[in-house]
Amino acid sequence: MTLPITGTGSLALAVVFGFIFGLLLQRGRVADYNVIVNQFRLKDFTVLKVMFTAIVVGGIGVLALHNWGYAAYHIKPANVLGVVLGAGIFGVGMVTYGYCPGTGIAAVATGSIHALVGFAGMLLGGILYALSFPWVKEHILNVAAYGKVRLPDVTGIADWVWFVVLGCIAIVIFIVIERLSPKP
Amino acid sequence: MSQEPNAVARGNGFITRSRWNPYVVGAGIGLLSWAVFAIVNAPLGVSTSVSQWSGLAAEPIMGADRFRANPYWAKHLPKWDYGTLFLIGTFLGALVGAWLSRDLRIEVVPKVWQDRFGSSPTKRLTVAFLGGVLAMYGARMAGGCTSGNGLSGSMQLAVSGWIFFLTMFATGLMTAWLMFGCKCSSCQLSNAESQKDGEK
Repeated sequence: MTLPITGTGSLALAVVFGFIFGLLLQRGRVADYNVIVNQFRLKDFTVLKVMFTAIVVGGIGVLALHNWGYAAYHIKPANVLGVVLGAGIFGVGMVTYGYCPGTGIAAVATGSIHALVGFAGMLLGGILYALSFPWVKEHILNVAAYGKVRLPDVTGIADWVWFVVLGCIAIVIFIVIERLSPKP
Repeated sequence: MSQEPNAVARGNGFITRSRWNPYVVGAGIGLLSWAVFAIVNAPLGVSTSVSQWSGLAAEPIMGADRFRANPYWAKHLPKWDYGTLFLIGTFLGALVGAWLSRDLRIEVVPKVWQDRFGSSPTKRLTVAFLGGVLAMYGARMAGGCTSGNGLSGSMQLAVSGWIFFLTMFATGLMTAWLMFGCKCSSCQLSNAESQKDGEK
């Protein structure tokens, strides 16, 4: 049983959910260029702490909601060549821009002019992708395309095992990070 | 060295404090995902809606006919839909958050960049613009960005999400290494020497 709210109700909720997301990004300091870039320089692990905690906490809840029939999965297709190339380009873009699309918007709101200029770059990137889309679709997106698959489908390892393992990895990584990082 | 100027907590209350514990923020984003999945039957995502609005910029340049003939925009027309309003909410949330913690400030050249590449706004803005182009092009090719693929995809144990997360970190680390150098002792020595030179 799912109770998705659509229409005007979902549009009002969109603003509320987005507001909470933006507030969390700003207070989590991940709308800060210095924090994001220092993550990739391995000098500040805030981004990894936020993301890994969100994945484990969010994942356990979404799995439970799905199993009880309250939520449907929304899996993006594993077009392996497209995802690897795209994510590879994205990683370069994220460090040179200093933000990802979501944190970039949050940073513009806090007064970052270079985030705003990069946002214009993102609009151009979207245009270039749309223009190249027919070629990309034919030559890249259909290479090693396995469809909307999940790790449990591919490996045969149950969902809950994945979360136990991910939870343990997260705890070990967090302990190591907290031990190694200099105390203020 | 990782302590940036706005790392200083300005207020003592939860509402006015500049920074919240990153684990609390991460758990908050996780809880937000539960609500978004259960209530509006959608994952968290950003880049689809941004690329939708790039169509608005392209239409007057390309002409309406060529624009409508493009198979990508045919599926992603700019409209005031759930994803767009989510982005507006994100903007407002960060704005109100920064206002309450007195962190609203104009930033053209951030500190980490300035320490490495100097205070030239032209340099920083050019690279920010090109970086934005790459980030959005890559996000669209991968089918989502940090939120759609990295967070929502990974938490659903999607194969695409985890490939994205790991690949993005790998090339991001390499890019940071090329731009800023490494932390090894020889680099730190040369940094120390250049600082001494600066003092003279």
